Amino acid sequence: MSQGGRLIPSEVASRKAANPRYQLYHPKWHRPRYPIFWWVDRLAYLRFITRELTSLAVGYAAVLLMVEIWTLGRGAEAYQRFSDLLGSVPVLVFHGVVLAFLLFHSVTWLNLAPKALVVRLGRRRVPDRLVLLGHYSAWLAATALVVWFLVGR
Amino acid sequence: MATARPKRSREPFFWALFSAGGMLAALVLPALAVVLWFALPLGWAEPPSHAELAAKLGHPLVKLALFAFITLALFHWAHRFRFTLYDGLQLSHLYGLIATITYGGATVLTLVAGYLLWTFP
Repeated sequence: MSQGGRLIPSEVASRKAANPRYQLYHPKWHRPRYPIFWWVDRLAYLRFITRELTSLAVGYAAVLLMVEIWTLGRGAEAYQRFSDLLGSVPVLVFHGVVLAFLLFHSVTWLNLAPKALVVRLGRRRVPDRLVLLGHYSAWLAATALVVWFLVGR
Repeated sequence: MATARPKRSREPFFWALFSAGGMLAALVLPALAVVLWFALPLGWAEPPSHAELAAKLGHPLVKLALFAFITLALFHWAHRFRFTLYDGLQLSHLYGLIATITYGGATVLTLVAGYLLWTFP
């Protein structure tokens, strides 16, 4: 029910009761429906979803690190069993796939750095190439640090 | 006249965790994976003994660094996977449920990581 084109308060209240998200005069969104597999049509979309799915590899690696810490804490025998499991062929193959996703995450993440980070020296903007070089240098340094920490004597 | 303060969005907080986790994961995880998942099991490098590795991990600073890394990596997963489900599988109508599962899962696992590292010998 409206008065001169405007909704009366009781009408607004009843609409709000029916839909808590209802807002007076709020436009209806136009949201065309897409098929669930909309991202398989183009390589760019597939790359986008693959990049987003790298989060699963990151989460898996964090959980596996927790398992490694847990087995280390349970003694040499438990840790040896875990190491043997890591060396089995199915696990190695699976980890090869996970590693590919982790590398894809690293490359796509670092390549976005110049777009996400605008560095200025005085009035001049640091060129994108230098920002990129800085990030890839940090990757190299972090890699060296991890290798030294884990296998260095 | 009192005016209601606009509700502050929690999005920047989760985005900051996502961003920090993404950067750390990009820099550290490939090397960690190559050494722990391939080099040591396949004997490409001489594996440290259990006692050596346990002593390295037992250092308080290493424990702190591992806790921070695991936490940020988990929240990186939570934030990005949440939007993958919204956009990729078009499940944005399950906003609350997905946010609860992803951030809740990351929070629970963070607590587990804290317990494991706190009680690590």
